[in-house]
Amino acid sequence: MIQIPNINISIIYPEIIIFITAVIILLVEIFSNGKKWYAQSIIALIGIIVSGYAVSNQWNSFASGFSEVLVADNFALMFKLIFLLGALLTVFLSIWYFRREEIQQGEYFFLILSSVIGMMILSSANELITAFLGLEVMSLPLYVLAGFDKKKLLSNEAALKYFIMGAFASGFLVYGITFIYGATGTTNFDKISMVISSRSFGIDPLLLLGFILILIGFSFKTAFVPFHSWVPDVYTGAPTPVTAFFSIGPKAAGFAILFRLIIKAFAPIGGSIIPILWILAVLTMTVGNLIALTQRNIKRMLAYSSIAHAGYLLISLVVGNGRGASAALFYLIAYTVMTVGAFGIVILLGEKGEKDLSINGYSGLAYRYPAAAVVMSLFMFSLAGIPPTAGFIGKFYIFSSAISKGFIWLAVIGIVNSVISVYYYLRVVVVMFMKPEIQAGRVVCFPVSLMVAIILAAIGVLQIGMFPQGWFEAVRYSLIGLF
Amino acid sequence: MSLGLAHFLVLSGVIFAIGVIGVIIRRNAIIILMSIELMLNAVNIALVAFSVYMRNMDGQVFVFFIITVAAAEAAVGLALAVVISRNRKSVDVDDFNLMKW
Amino acid sequence: MLRIYFPILVLLAFAVITPLVMLIIPKILGKRESTPVKDAAYECGIPAKGDARERFPIKFYLIAILFLLFDIEAIFLYPWAYIYRKLGIFGLIEMGVFVFILLVGYLYVIKKGALRWQ
Repeated sequence: MIQIPNINISIIYPEIIIFITAVIILLVEIFSNGKKWYAQSIIALIGIIVSGYAVSNQWNSFASGFSEVLVADNFALMFKLIFLLGALLTVFLSIWYFRREEIQQGEYFFLILSSVIGMMILSSANELITAFLGLEVMSLPLYVLAGFDKKKLLSNEAALKYFIMGAFASGFLVYGITFIYGATGTTNFDKISMVISSRSFGIDPLLLLGFILILIGFSFKTAFVPFHSWVPDVYTGAPTPVTAFFSIGPKAAGFAILFRLIIKAFAPIGGSIIPILWILAVLTMTVGNLIALTQRNIKRMLAYSSIAHAGYLLISLVVGNGRGASAALFYLIAYTVMTVGAFGIVILLGEKGEKDLSINGYSGLAYRYPAAAVVMSLFMFSLAGIPPTAGFIGKFYIFSSAISKGFIWLAVIGIVNSVISVYYYLRVVVVMFMKPEIQAGRVVCFPVSLMVAIILAAIGVLQIGMFPQGWFEAVRYSLIGLF
Repeated sequence: MSLGLAHFLVLSGVIFAIGVIGVIIRRNAIIILMSIELMLNAVNIALVAFSVYMRNMDGQVFVFFIITVAAAEAAVGLALAVVISRNRKSVDVDDFNLMKW
Repeated sequence: MLRIYFPILVLLAFAVITPLVMLIIPKILGKRESTPVKDAAYECGIPAKGDARERFPIKFYLIAILFLLFDIEAIFLYPWAYIYRKLGIFGLIEMGVFVFILLVGYLYVIKKGALRWQ
């Protein structure tokens, strides 16, 4: 008899719940000839909430399973909650959008949920093969989602570009994993770290090459400069709720696995990794912000701004200690709500086909729809990092963690960058409040599901911004056992 | 002279490089897809070589997963190519210039 | 050590020489004469229809994609079958779950009409 390893299936209950939900949605789709858009959306929401409950039940259990391949420590669970929050808000964004665009196919929810499964596996992976599988399970549905509006050429183009770049990146990633495996003889994070620190003689070049290839692979997915060239096109071409999902889900998942790699597996060679990450952080922030300054299209502007936000998050990766990780978690929560909010307003103000997404199209919006303009300004303030919003606290937390570890210059560059970013975020606000109305015909209706998403996001931004204490506690507890 | 680990790694490196160059310079989506498959297969060679060299089965298990993932990627890529060729009658990447590349 | 590859080298030599010989001998012995029938593409003996470089209907791609997906999943069955007896009931349940997931995909394909040929 073969010794069956300790499976401990209970640690993937959240993933199983999401999977069953996704399968039910698919079965509903095929047995009802695709006329059950609302029912499917409600099933998806229920599945996400039940899965969130299962995640919160595992809090402080520190279980691991599948022979140490998956761990469910608080760090992974916190990330899972962020993904589920992102998916929940994305579903709310989507319900009305796809009705307006007349592509109500239930496969949409199936794809979103499958992608979430991949992200959840990625966040709790304690082993390179599992991380790769999680990444692929996350990415494959995303390629299809980018091209979900299949009659629209822009969407087709976005899907193809995203697919080519994503598959190319996966190639680098697996090659890197192979080198790590060749250099250490294992793929388990704890064992890699043990093997590296047991060797006294310098750094194995194979190991460093492997790490750099893995970093390139994840840099494509999380859009670090200079691996960002696909971002603006894909973000512009994809349907808007999908764009919102792109800018929150894969980014958070990429940081989850990068943190685990750098804190656990490659901790012994941290000294030679930090300079690489430092350069990536500075490049990502600066290039993202500078190009965002010149954008006229709101979706493209938000795409470049999401690159810049990845740069701020990279600062916390450079810091690499508990304070950095908790700052990153806090920032990701804040970033999720404010990005979803901003994209929600973009959806609300767009018309069918979204032919005009220029920022100037929002001229004089404040006179016609003051509430929408005020809420949009709130999200822009938050993205720019102006108090009393969530974005301000998040940025403050990240920069102070950098200063506490002695990365003064990094913090200074980060602050200069967020000052630059104020210009292009506030331009949206200025256009809405100070310019005369040029588009007289813009008629907006206020669908319930979309309003739920926007109001939840707005409350989140203000709540995190004004009462961050509880959130600080939560992110601090989520690091127990990691350091 | 016998075949050692280095031979397999060089072979894998060369195939991987051909794949990377193919993705960068070829303009037809199907050929880019084939180049990506080439990259993944180069990785498989390296993995099996390491696995045999170290007498550790993990690498060969990984190969199974890479083969599956490569098939899934090929399926998604071909499906996208089909959708695009229906809309545009061409799968040349240079034709996709609605936005700047 | 390379000596163990010698039979493969012999096989390779045969594989190269045989067709070369078969191509060269008719060149020397036969007379060259082209007729329309000779130049036509060979299609299992029946008269050829159209050009060989025709575009395939897109349906073939769909079938090819589906074949690729379901075919590759079989590689997980081989290692499982190899140690099936040792894994016992646990392995059977695991494989049952795996096949069930594939079955859902198959059901989806059928219901969506991807295999309908018209």
